[in-house]
Amino acid sequence: MIDDSDQNQNPESDPVARYEEERSDSSLLTDMTGAGRVDWRNNILIPLLAILSALIVGAIIIAFSDVDTLRLWGSDPGEALSVTATTIKDAYVALFEGAFGGIGPISETLTRAAPLILAGLAVAIGFQAGLFNIGANGQALIGGMFALVVGFQFSLPVFIHIPLIIIAGLIGGAIWGGIPGYLRAKTGAHEVITTIMLNFIALRLVDWLLTQSFFQLEGRSDPVSKSVMDSARYTKLLDWLNPRYRVHLGFIVAILAATFVWWLLYRSTIGFEFRTVGANPDGARYAGMNVVFLIVAVMAVAGSMAGLAGVDLVSGTLGRATPGFIGMIGFDAIALALLGRSHPFGVVAAGILFGALAAGGQNMQVSTNVGIDIVQVIQALIIVFIAAPALVKAVYRVRGETRGIEVSSGWAT
Amino acid sequence: MTATTAPADAPKVRTPAQIRRAKVLSIVYFVLAGITLFAFGFGGEGSATFVLSRPQDAIQVGDITVPVAGLAFIVAAILAFLGAREWMRGFGSRTNLVLAIGIGLFALSFLAWAASGASFSLVGILQETMKRAVPITFGAISGILCERTGIINIGIEGMLLGGAFTGAIVGSTMGAVAGMIGAALVGGLLALVLAVLTVKFTVDQIIAGVVINIFVLGMTSFYTSQILVENPQLNNAPIMQAIAIPLLSDIPLIGPVLFDQNIFVYAMYVVVAVTTFGLYQTRWGLRTRAVGEKPRAADTVGINVYRMKYLNVILGGLVAGFGGAYFTIGSVGRFDENMTAGRGFIGLAAMIFGRWHPVGALAAALVFGFADSLQVKLGILNTPIPSEFLGMAPYAVTIFVVAGLVGRSRPPSDYKPYVKE
Repeated sequence: MIDDSDQNQNPESDPVARYEEERSDSSLLTDMTGAGRVDWRNNILIPLLAILSALIVGAIIIAFSDVDTLRLWGSDPGEALSVTATTIKDAYVALFEGAFGGIGPISETLTRAAPLILAGLAVAIGFQAGLFNIGANGQALIGGMFALVVGFQFSLPVFIHIPLIIIAGLIGGAIWGGIPGYLRAKTGAHEVITTIMLNFIALRLVDWLLTQSFFQLEGRSDPVSKSVMDSARYTKLLDWLNPRYRVHLGFIVAILAATFVWWLLYRSTIGFEFRTVGANPDGARYAGMNVVFLIVAVMAVAGSMAGLAGVDLVSGTLGRATPGFIGMIGFDAIALALLGRSHPFGVVAAGILFGALAAGGQNMQVSTNVGIDIVQVIQALIIVFIAAPALVKAVYRVRGETRGIEVSSGWAT
Repeated sequence: MTATTAPADAPKVRTPAQIRRAKVLSIVYFVLAGITLFAFGFGGEGSATFVLSRPQDAIQVGDITVPVAGLAFIVAAILAFLGAREWMRGFGSRTNLVLAIGIGLFALSFLAWAASGASFSLVGILQETMKRAVPITFGAISGILCERTGIINIGIEGMLLGGAFTGAIVGSTMGAVAGMIGAALVGGLLALVLAVLTVKFTVDQIIAGVVINIFVLGMTSFYTSQILVENPQLNNAPIMQAIAIPLLSDIPLIGPVLFDQNIFVYAMYVVVAVTTFGLYQTRWGLRTRAVGEKPRAADTVGINVYRMKYLNVILGGLVAGFGGAYFTIGSVGRFDENMTAGRGFIGLAAMIFGRWHPVGALAAALVFGFADSLQVKLGILNTPIPSEFLGMAPYAVTIFVVAGLVGRSRPPSDYKPYVKE
């Protein structure tokens, strides 16, 4: 048996002092109340340096991605250098132009950002409560399928249908997020494993549902769902400028959701309890909070946000469901929540950045021969640098206190 | 420790937590018994034929024909008995073993029901089970090596994927042996990153592991679309063929299943045996466990805690990377994006189910391997269960195992970053 006398000097004698101390230790997330002082070093400088570092390492990876150029290094290093430099420059210019070069690209960036922000909120809420929700993908799939049924099954006026489809998505996501929350609270099953397994189960469940006649588009043999009715489609915002601009109501839903999460976390009692459970579960228990209920509630709320990401695709961008329609958004959301320091508005900013990477990456893939998967690599690199601020500090010689992020330690019991 | 080391049949007091978990588990037995009784017993008819030999085997064993309903009634009765005993007394240290037997009986009854009216190759599905257990076992052993020394390795999935990718490329250009070595080295390199992040920079272990997973997924997908698609000759690794071990492979049923497999399955036996011996019989093993259980005490007696952590995490990475090569060199010969599909996480669940012991992990991996092979082998039969649901089986079993058993098995370490005073 491990006794933790090393860690706790006086655990029983003064729980309040210990609680305060631990709270201030992990105040990374709690001191960012939005109204308080902005810790510019941790919340602005380190993320910016992390993005810069990730782009530099990304450039190196691009340099090694072309077999012909790599051969050229042996025969003509000067020529190889200039070819490599041109490839990297072209790739990053295409990336930037595809994201911000005009109204069309900006519309595309915001379209991509909306589900990312919502899924990012799902991860961020978990982080705030000390839970690592990797299940945004599955939660979004189930939320999307709930919304899909409401979307194609009923014919209603727009002002009823759209709220209804949103509620359906919230419920679907909350169920799929609540399951791992319940398992964690009641049995101690670690949410990292259960949420990932539920992702795979949701993926296969959607595959199966899409072959059922209730869901499948008439006359199709491939797994494509019926289309959502027009009354349940998110309104396109820039339709009057150019019908090809895809940005829709989903982006506004995402901003409203972020505002709601900010209110919930920092202005409501239950949000305070969420953060207390995250900062110090024992402290929360001492204070008489119902930890089991809170863990289930956190995961359900997180799941419902991911569910909205599913609604965004089903009712907005795609208008229907296809196998695995959520793609990798649930995993991008992890990087995004870390980059946004788990703060709802940080998530919005990070979401727009990742939306830009996705939109720009598409442009880069089409107009240069660098594949869009490099965006995934850049995102992973961003988390490495964010999660290890000591690394960034050492490289750029930033002075002062920096803090990493802790989610959980050990397999909970 | 007293609760687990006491003789199982000696009367002993169970803690409230143990009693609660025993009740959860006994409900699971009753649910399984109910499914067996109603779905396979009342719902099954006719008989199923299990084929025990392959045509090419030297010693032929006759097929076994069992009545579906009869078998189901017997299995349901046994499961109900196990559930009742679990509720009242528990099985002590044999809980997981008994559960494995219970699941095995349930699986047998399920197979009989699925194959009713047809013949079904038991040899085939057991061979497939062994193969499918390989990456899960390697992942679990990797997890054990890391966790015994106090570091959670969530990055096993990425290490498997990195090993699979390297195995495909190096295997295609320089041969299978080089591919396996390269895969192991890439796994070790990723583990070094994990060790540096968690030990030196004290990054949260779970975040560091997830970063490795996302990074490897992005890298391998990028280079697959960037290089492998245009150069298919780089993605055409030789596939390891089965090697029959003389005499042993002639034993009926056991021979083809255990001793007529490819090199990865034999490597799995070796790794499990060596890890078990190493952890419990050598100085290295004692020090490893000491560092995991009580780093400060280990430090006090002169063990270099950081060096042990680095060593074991890198060893774990080598094992996971080698196991990853199974996906390409040991199985299909070509790399596909995200082809590991969560096997690393299932390996972690196998590690927990196996109580952080290599042999236990192997046994658990076989349970997952069986669930994994259902989709392939039952697809041929005309079962009323859609293949998507059979595909969910390994993931559902994982959740069930982690939820049902994690509280019963205590992790060997406390996983806090160790800071030398």
